[in-house]
Amino acid sequence: MLLDPSLPQFWSDLVQVLLIGTGQTLYMVGISLLITIIVGLPLGIVLVGTEPGGLFESPFGSRRLGRVVNRVLDFVVNLGRSVPFIILMVALIPFTRLVVGTFIGPTAAIVPLAVVAIPFFARMVEIAIKEVDTGLIEAAESLGATRWQIVSKVLVPEALSPMILGLSTTVTSIINFSAMVGTVAGGGLGDVAVRYGYQRYSTIHMVAVIIVIFVIVMVLQGLATMLAKRFAHRSRPTRAEKTAPALRASAVTGA
Amino acid sequence: MASGGPATYFVTVIWPAALRLTHSESLRYKAARTLRTTVISVQHVSKTFRSGGTVTAALQDVSLEVAEGEIFGVIGQSGAGKSTLIRAVNLLERPDSGTVTVDGDQLTALSPADLRRARRKIGMVFQHFNLLAGRTVRGNVELGLEIIGVDGDARRRRALEILDLVGLADKAGAYPAELSGGQKQRVGIARALAGSPKVLLSDEATSALDPETTRSILDLVKTINTDLGLTVLLITHEMDVVKRICDSAALIEGGRIVEQGRIVSLISTAGSRLAHELFPLGAVPSLPGDTVIDITFSGGSADRPVIAQLARTYGLDVSILGAAIETIGGNQAGRTRLALPGSAAGNAAPISDLRSQGMLVEIVGE
Repeated sequence: MLLDPSLPQFWSDLVQVLLIGTGQTLYMVGISLLITIIVGLPLGIVLVGTEPGGLFESPFGSRRLGRVVNRVLDFVVNLGRSVPFIILMVALIPFTRLVVGTFIGPTAAIVPLAVVAIPFFARMVEIAIKEVDTGLIEAAESLGATRWQIVSKVLVPEALSPMILGLSTTVTSIINFSAMVGTVAGGGLGDVAVRYGYQRYSTIHMVAVIIVIFVIVMVLQGLATMLAKRFAHRSRPTRAEKTAPALRASAVTGA
Repeated sequence: MASGGPATYFVTVIWPAALRLTHSESLRYKAARTLRTTVISVQHVSKTFRSGGTVTAALQDVSLEVAEGEIFGVIGQSGAGKSTLIRAVNLLERPDSGTVTVDGDQLTALSPADLRRARRKIGMVFQHFNLLAGRTVRGNVELGLEIIGVDGDARRRRALEILDLVGLADKAGAYPAELSGGQKQRVGIARALAGSPKVLLSDEATSALDPETTRSILDLVKTINTDLGLTVLLITHEMDVVKRICDSAALIEGGRIVEQGRIVSLISTAGSRLAHELFPLGAVPSLPGDTVIDITFSGGSADRPVIAQLARTYGLDVSILGAAIETIGGNQAGRTRLALPGSAAGNAAPISDLRSQGMLVEIVGE
C-alpha cells in the first residue's frame, strides 16, 4: 500500500510515527550512552593507568599483572572497534538474548549499541587523560593523595573538557548505529526510514527522519561544545557564558 | 642530711650542682640545639636512570643535611641531578639506595600509606606551577586539605587565610588561566602551605619567571621562612637565588655534591667554588712582576679600611683589580682582588698581616 500525502491522515500518521521513532531512538541512545559512560570511563582510566609508569602500573604490587591487564584491555578494545557493526550486532544475538531475553525491539538494541560504544569511548577517555600534565599528578602526590584521589580530583576533572567532546562524538556514532540496529531488531528512526521511506517509497518520511536525526545530533553537539568550554577554563568564564546561548541558537536555526 | 655518707652527699648536692647550668648558658645551649636540629637528612642516596641502552647516574652517593628553620639551596647546572635530588626528598623519585629522613620519618622505609601521611608534612612548589586549570585559585589551595580530609568550612577558611598570606586574597575566585606567572606561583606556594607542612621543597620555583617577579617570590619565601619557621630546601641554577635568601648551599655536579655548608663559613673557606660563584671576579689577569691576591671580607672586617692600612703600613702601591660586595644573610661580605708589586715571597709580611686580621687571603697569580 502506497502512502498518499493528499490523504488527510497522512500528516498526522507521519507525526505519530516520527514521535514514536524519535522516542525509541532517544531511549536506545540514552540508555546505551549511560552504560557506555559507566563502563567506558573506568576502562579508559585503567587503560592509561596500567601503562608502564602509570598510576596502576603494578596493581596489588604486581607489575606483571598491570602489564597483562593493559595488554588484554588494549586487545579487547581494538577488537571491539575493528569488527563492523552489522557483524557485531548479529554475532551478539545470543548474548543479547541472554541479557534482555529477546533480540528484537529497542531494549534489545541497547546491548550491541553499548558494546560498540564502550571501546570507542574508552579510547576517547584514554586520549583525554593522557593529555593531563604529569606535573599535576606529581603535585597531588606531593600533597599525599591516594591513587583514587588522584583519579577523582585530578585526572577526571582536568580531562573533563576533552572527555565531553569525546562523548559527543560517541553519541553521534551511537545514533548512527541505532539507525542500523533499527533495520534488524526493529524500532527507532532508522526503522521508520527503512519501512516507510524505502519500502513504501515515501520521500517525505525519509526527509523527515533525516531532519529529526540531524537536529538531535546538532543539539547534542552544541550542548557538548558548550559544556566542554565551560569546563576548559582556558578563557574567562564570563565569555564562555556569553557564547554558549549563541551556539545553541545557531544549532537550532541551522537545522 | 647529717646521717648521709659521702655517697649521699655526692648524689644530692654535687651532682645536681654540676648539672645546673646558669640561665644564659642553658639559653645558649637551647639556641644552639634548635639551630642544629636536622629536619631533612639525605644519606648516601644514588639513583640511576635507564632508558633504552643508555644508563644515566643522576645521583651518586649524595648526602646532605638541612637544619631546622634554614633555607638550603642546591645549585647546579641542568642535568647535574638537582631535580632528581629534590624529588627524592619526598620520594616522587624513589632512590635506588640510601635513606631519606624528613622530620624524623625515614621515608625510604615507610609503607605507601605512611608515606602519604608523611608527605603531608612536606610542601612542594614546582617550576611550572602545576595548578589544576579546572579549579579556582581557592579550589587549588583547598586540594591538599581535601586530600587530608578537612571539612568544607574549615577548608575554605584556611584557604582564604593562606591566600591572604601570599597576597592573593582578591584572586580567590579566579582561574589559573587568568593569572600572571608570579601570581600562579603564589597559588602554588599557598597550596603547598595550606596543610601546614614542616618543610617546603622548591623545584626551580622561580626559573619560569622574570627577574622582578623572581625577586618578589624569593622575598615571599624568605618571609614564610622567618614568620612560620618553615625549613626550605630549594634547587636552582641561579646564583642570585642563593645569594638572596639561602643560609646554606650545596653545589651539585654530575650527580655528586661537590661542596656544601653554611654560606657564612663557605665565604671564609679557601678555594670554595661556591664562594667564587657568589663573588664573581672573572679571570685572573696576567701581571708579570705583581702578586695577585683575592681577599674575602666577612662580618666585622668588611667595614675596616684594609687597603689604605696596607698601603700606609707597608708603603705598597696597591691596585684594585676587582671587587664584589654582597649582603648575605644580613651581613656584608665581599671579595676584592688586589695586585701587589713584587713576588708572593716578597709580600709575605702584608699577606700574613691581613690573615691575622681574620681575612681570607688567596694568592691567585704571581
